[in-house]
Amino acid sequence: MLNRTAENVARATPEPLARKVRGISDKGLAWLFISPTILLLLAINIFPLFWAIYLSFTNYRANRPNEVVKNLGFANYQRILGDKDIWIAMQTTAHFVFWTILLQTLIGFTLAWLIDRKFRGHAFWTTLILVPMMLSPAVVGNFWRFLYEPQIGLFAYAISFVTRIPPTDIQMLSNVSLAPWSIIIVDTWMWTPYVMLICLAGLRSIPEYIYEAAEVDRASNWRQFWSITLPMALPFIMLAVLFRGIENFKMFDMVNLLTGGGPGSTTEVASITLKRQAFESWRTGYSSAFAIILFVAVFGLANIYVKALNKVKQR
Amino acid sequence: MSLTTAHSVVAPSSNSKRIAGTIIVLYALISIVPLLWIFATSFKTPPDSIAYPPKILFQPSLEGYCNLFTTRTRQTPEYINSLGPATGFCDETTRKRNMVIAGPSNFLPRFVNSLIIAFGSTFCAVFLGTLSAYGFSRFKVPLADDLLFFILSTRFMPPIAVAIPIYLMYRELGLSDTALGMILLYTAVNVSLAVWLLKGFIDEIPREYEEAAMIDGYTRLQAFWRTVLPQATTGIAATAIFCLIFAWNEYAFAALLTSGTAQTAPPFIPTIIGEGGQDWPAVAAGTTIFLVPILVFTILLRKQLLRGITFGAVRK
Repeated sequence: MLNRTAENVARATPEPLARKVRGISDKGLAWLFISPTILLLLAINIFPLFWAIYLSFTNYRANRPNEVVKNLGFANYQRILGDKDIWIAMQTTAHFVFWTILLQTLIGFTLAWLIDRKFRGHAFWTTLILVPMMLSPAVVGNFWRFLYEPQIGLFAYAISFVTRIPPTDIQMLSNVSLAPWSIIIVDTWMWTPYVMLICLAGLRSIPEYIYEAAEVDRASNWRQFWSITLPMALPFIMLAVLFRGIENFKMFDMVNLLTGGGPGSTTEVASITLKRQAFESWRTGYSSAFAIILFVAVFGLANIYVKALNKVKQR
Repeated sequence: MSLTTAHSVVAPSSNSKRIAGTIIVLYALISIVPLLWIFATSFKTPPDSIAYPPKILFQPSLEGYCNLFTTRTRQTPEYINSLGPATGFCDETTRKRNMVIAGPSNFLPRFVNSLIIAFGSTFCAVFLGTLSAYGFSRFKVPLADDLLFFILSTRFMPPIAVAIPIYLMYRELGLSDTALGMILLYTAVNVSLAVWLLKGFIDEIPREYEEAAMIDGYTRLQAFWRTVLPQATTGIAATAIFCLIFAWNEYAFAALLTSGTAQTAPPFIPTIIGEGGQDWPAVAAGTTIFLVPILVFTILLRKQLLRGITFGAVRK
């Protein structure tokens, strides 16, 4: 390796002109390196975004491309904000995001805190716990439909084994009050490891000497947890909540395969409504307006949250 | 002060370690049950898979894998008896169910599509990402922070919201349901991850290496090629695996923008049906084949996992 580098250097040194001829200025090189990425994102992300903004002001329907497109002004936006179904979908999304984040943070942090005891074999078991989050939410979510089947499904069977409720009564996906929880359970199963991994990094970033100092001051374990462990791991917990919040606000694949938004519209989260409006009812203009509203909402919330996160970090 | 740190005042007691270990092992085992069940179901016969109570012990069978790769039609026993001897295991099992194999199923082409699109988009994303990451890491780019935030912000968009105009755009350009269209789209999604991750990795390589090489007469480009790239291989490999996993697992775009020739495995697997509903052993077989590469990659990646899932925000 060293020898080869030395040879290369030797080959390169005799011709000082080469640098002037073949060399591009640093500034030129910087743009040469960065512009392809920016161009690709402009073409595949930003141009479509502007197209969607344009469509959101029209009555365009993708399944009738030859119809005359009328400019509606803000009519689509007004209709969305007054649409009862949209508000129900937003409530369903909020319910889903709230419970998944609460459960994942509680369970994830507890697991991380336990793994941080560094018992024997903790590395192996940690890797095993991480497996579900790497898998395709669509493909695995699809299989959960089988686990949820009343009677023949393993989940229903296990629940009835513990609770003695007849297994035919455990209709996770078709019962109106259970269906929202069926998607929360699968999401929590998949993504708790994600929160756990970030929390673990937070716990490991706390220097040992702080605990030693607390021990010298005779602070109780309880006190140490509330005044050292939790505050110092907080930026990491918030980072995990941020990432999970954005991802679950956009949630589509797992819910689409598990319930498809049903029964009725009890699990119809925002992305499912969007898909139904855009690709089933073909109300392209209307759904574009909804897409823009969703995008602004995610972007705005994420921005506020990142500012809060930076404040916590600075403390 | 004593130098033996084995009994540090803050080390968890062996009792608390034991309790923690037990809870973690229990959680790990319970959380892995659904995956074991997928694996087990793929080796069940269709009647075994829907037995009540669910069968934990069963006679393993490859029928699910046969059904995954073939399409079958129902025939009369007389017709089946009039055929010659069965030509293999799958043929024989199918005939026992009063059916004959009609031809190959769509699983293999869909799986190949997944491979082409995942590897194609990963290559493009890592190539573009490495160049940009080096640019952002080493040069004074005007508005660098804004550009980096712009690159990241493209990830905030809900996939369905992006899919509406992309659907129209691809229809105009003739890219609907093509592998090229999917590769472009996945590259665009993955490049944000690639830039952020690789910038972190390249930041960690000391500038002195390049500077030394440039003093020796290398151009900037040669210095990048001969000193930075070889040092960044671990980071590039880890980034590539993350991109690969995303493209491999992606469902929303694939389900909305592909329907036939370019369809990938995730939207295809849920559509596998047998007689009288979903053919769960075949679905489980397809799921197993689909998940195994990811399992291998997860184990390879375990040290870089944290970095990958937080866009490089958390490094250990």
